[in-house]
Amino acid sequence: MKILVALKQVPDTETKIKVAADGRSLDPADVKWITSPYDEYALEEAIRIKEGRGAEVVALSVGGDSAKDVLKNALALGADTAVLLKGDGQGDAFAVAQMIAAYAKDKGFDLILCGNKGLGGDNAALGPMLAELLGVAQANVIVKLELGDGTFKAEREIESGSEIVEGALPAVITAQKGLNEPRYASLKGIMAAKKKTIEELDAAPAVAGSLISALALPPERPAGRKLEGDSATQAMALIQALKDEAKVF
Amino acid sequence: MILVFCELKDGQIRKPSAEALSEGRRLADVVGKPLGALFAGASCAGSAEAAKYGADVILTAESPTLTSYSSDAYATVLADAVKAKGVTVLLAAATAIGKDVAPRAAARLGAGYASDVTALSMVDGKLQAIRPVYAGKAFATTSFASSVQVATTRPNVFPAVEKAGAGATEALTAPAGDFKSVVKEILAKASGKVDLSEANVIVSGGRGMKDGANFKILEDLADAIGGVVGASRAAVDAGWGLPHSMQVGQTGKVVSPTLYIACGISGAIQHIAGMSGSKFIVAINKDPEAPIFKLANYGIVGDLFEVVPELTKAAKALGIGSN
Ligand SMILES: Cc1cc2nc3c(=O)[nH]c(=O)nc-3n(C[C@H](O)[C@H](O)[C@H](O)COP(=O)(O)OP(=O)(O)OC[C@H]3O[C@@H](n4cnc5c(N)ncnc54)[C@H](O)[C@@H]3O)c2cc1C
Ligand SMILES: Cc1cc2nc3c(=O)[nH]c(=O)nc-3n(C[C@H](O)[C@H](O)[C@H](O)COP(=O)(O)OP(=O)(O)OC[C@H]3O[C@@H](n4cnc5c(N)ncnc54)[C@H](O)[C@@H]3O)c2cc1C
Repeated sequence: MKILVALKQVPDTETKIKVAADGRSLDPADVKWITSPYDEYALEEAIRIKEGRGAEVVALSVGGDSAKDVLKNALALGADTAVLLKGDGQGDAFAVAQMIAAYAKDKGFDLILCGNKGLGGDNAALGPMLAELLGVAQANVIVKLELGDGTFKAEREIESGSEIVEGALPAVITAQKGLNEPRYASLKGIMAAKKKTIEELDAAPAVAGSLISALALPPERPAGRKLEGDSATQAMALIQALKDEAKVF
Repeated sequence: MILVFCELKDGQIRKPSAEALSEGRRLADVVGKPLGALFAGASCAGSAEAAKYGADVILTAESPTLTSYSSDAYATVLADAVKAKGVTVLLAAATAIGKDVAPRAAARLGAGYASDVTALSMVDGKLQAIRPVYAGKAFATTSFASSVQVATTRPNVFPAVEKAGAGATEALTAPAGDFKSVVKEILAKASGKVDLSEANVIVSGGRGMKDGANFKILEDLADAIGGVVGASRAAVDAGWGLPHSMQVGQTGKVVSPTLYIACGISGAIQHIAGMSGSKFIVAINKDPEAPIFKLANYGIVGDLFEVVPELTKAAKALGIGSN
C-alpha cells in the first residue's frame, strides 16, 4: 500500500496578524510557522496504517524552503520519504490541488490523506478538489478509518452526529480531530530523519480559481457593559437587557 | 442563472439552504438574472417551497440512485446543472454536505471556490466573497478568476427572506449509479437538538465548570431560553465525557448565533475563532481581567455557579422561551 500525506505549513494560531503593505497578504515578519494541526492527524493515521498492515508513506508539502521544516518533522515521525513541491502553497486551494494532482497522478497511491482544513485559510477545499482532479473517491472530516481490500469505511462528522461512508480505493480522506492522538517524534526518529533527504521538485503550473484581493482586520467590537449588583440583580438586568435592548428574545 | 443547491429535511428546506437561497435572490436581482434552486435525492418532495424564497426555476434530480448521499454523485448533479443551465454563480450552504460537494463540483467546473463565506456581492458581474481567516483575526476578500464562481454560505449569517418567485419546475437526469463512495448509515447523536452551527442561542461552558455533571445548570438555562449547549476545548478535553461535537473554536465548530453565553471560559484566541461571529456575546467569569470580556456586549463578573441558576430563574420569571 502506498500512502501520500499532504501537509501544509500555516501560521501558528497565536500569531498576531498584520496585513502587509499590499493590503491583501499577511505580513510574514513575525509569523511563526507550524504544521497545520489537522495534517498531524492525517500523518499519524498513515504511520499507524504502516505499522499495522505495512505501507510506504510519502509526505508532501507545497511551499517554499521554509516548508521543509514540516517535511523534516514528518520524516522524524515516520514518513519514509518527503517531497517538496516548490510553488505558492499559500495561494488558491484549487491551484495547490492541481499541483498535488499533477505530482500524484501516475504514482499509484492507494490512499491520500489530508487535513480536513488548513488552519487559518480554513477552506476545507483541497481534499475534495484533489479527489476530483484524480477522479477518485473522497471522504471528509473523518474521525475513524478502516481499510479493507481495495475499499475503505470511514466515519465522518456531520451536523446531527456522524455517518459511515464506504467507497473504493484509491481515495482522498481528510482528517478531523478525534481520528487519533498524534505521537511526538522520538530522538531515534529525529536522528534517522537527519539522514534522509527531501526531494525537491518544481510544482506543475496551475490555474488559480480565486485570489485574495484584500485582507483586512475585523472591525472592533463596541465596548461592552458590565452588570453590577448581586447575582440575582445581575441576572435579572441581563435577561432584561437581552430582551429590551438586544431584542434577542 | 444563479443556482443554489438546497437540502431538504423531513420534506422541508433546511434553514441554511433557505438562507443561501435568499442571498442568491438578492444577488440575482443585482445582476438581473434568474434564480434557480437545485434539489437532489430519492424524493424531492417539498422542493416547491423554494419559490417562497425567490426561486424562478426549481430543478430536481430525483432518483433511487440518490437515496444516500454520495460525494461524486452529488458533484455530478451540481456540475451538470451548472453546464446545462449556463450558471455563473453556484451557491450552497456551508453544511456537512455543502462543504463536501461544492469544492468537488468546483474542481470539475474549473471554478474558483470560497468556503463558509459571511458576505457576498457582485462586482463587475462576478461574485466577490468575504470570509474570516486566521481564526477571525482577519477578513479576506476573495475574488474569482474563473467564469463560474462557487461559494458556500455560513449558516445563521444571511437572513432567510421570503420573496415569491415563479417556481417553474424542471426535472433533471440523475446519475445512474456506480459511485466511488456512498453514505451507508447515519449515526445520530443522542440529544436530537439542533446543531451548534445552526443554533440561534448557545450557552457554552469552559474549564470553570469544573466537572461534566455541572453542565446540567447550562442545560437548564439553555432549555429556559431556547438554546443549545456548547463547550470550550479545555472542557471537552478534560475527560468529563463531553463529545467533541460540542466543542466551539478553531478546532471545533464555528458558530454564529444571535446570542452566545460563555460561562467559565477565558476567551483564548482559538475559542474566539469559533464564536466571534456571534451577534451578542455574554461573558460570565469570576476574573474581571479575563480576555472574553473584551469581546462581550454584556459581562457579569461573578461565580457562574451562582449566576447561571439566577439567569434561568430570571428568564422564567420574564416568560422567555414560553412564547
Ligand atoms: C492571511 C491569508 C492570506 C492569504 N493570501 C492569499 C493570497 O494572497 N492569494 C491567494 O490566492 N490566496 C491567499 N490565501 C488563501 C489561502 O492561503 C488558501 O485558502 C490556502 O492556500 C488554501 O489552503 P487552506 O488551508 O484554506 O486549504 P484547505 O483546503 O483548507 O486545506 C486542506 C488540506 O489540504 C492540504 N494542503 C493545503 N495546502 C497545502 C500545501 N501547500 N501543501 C501540502 N498540502 C496542502 C493539507 O492537508 C490541508 O490540511 C490567504 C489566506 C490567508 C489566511
Ligand atoms: C491548535 C490549538 C487549537 C485549539 N482549538 C480550540 C478550540 O477549538 N476551542 C477552544 O475552546 N479552545 C481551543 N484551544 C485551546 C485554547 O487555547 C484554550 O486552552 C481553551 O480555549 C481554554 O478553555 P477555557 O476558557 O474553558 O479554560 P481556561 O482558559 O482555563 O479558562 C477558565 C475560565 O473559567 C473562569 N472560572 C473558573 N471558575 C469559575 C467560576 N466558578 N465562575 C466563573 N468563572 C470561573 C476562570 O476565571 C477562567 O477565565 C486550542 C489550542 C490550540 C493550541
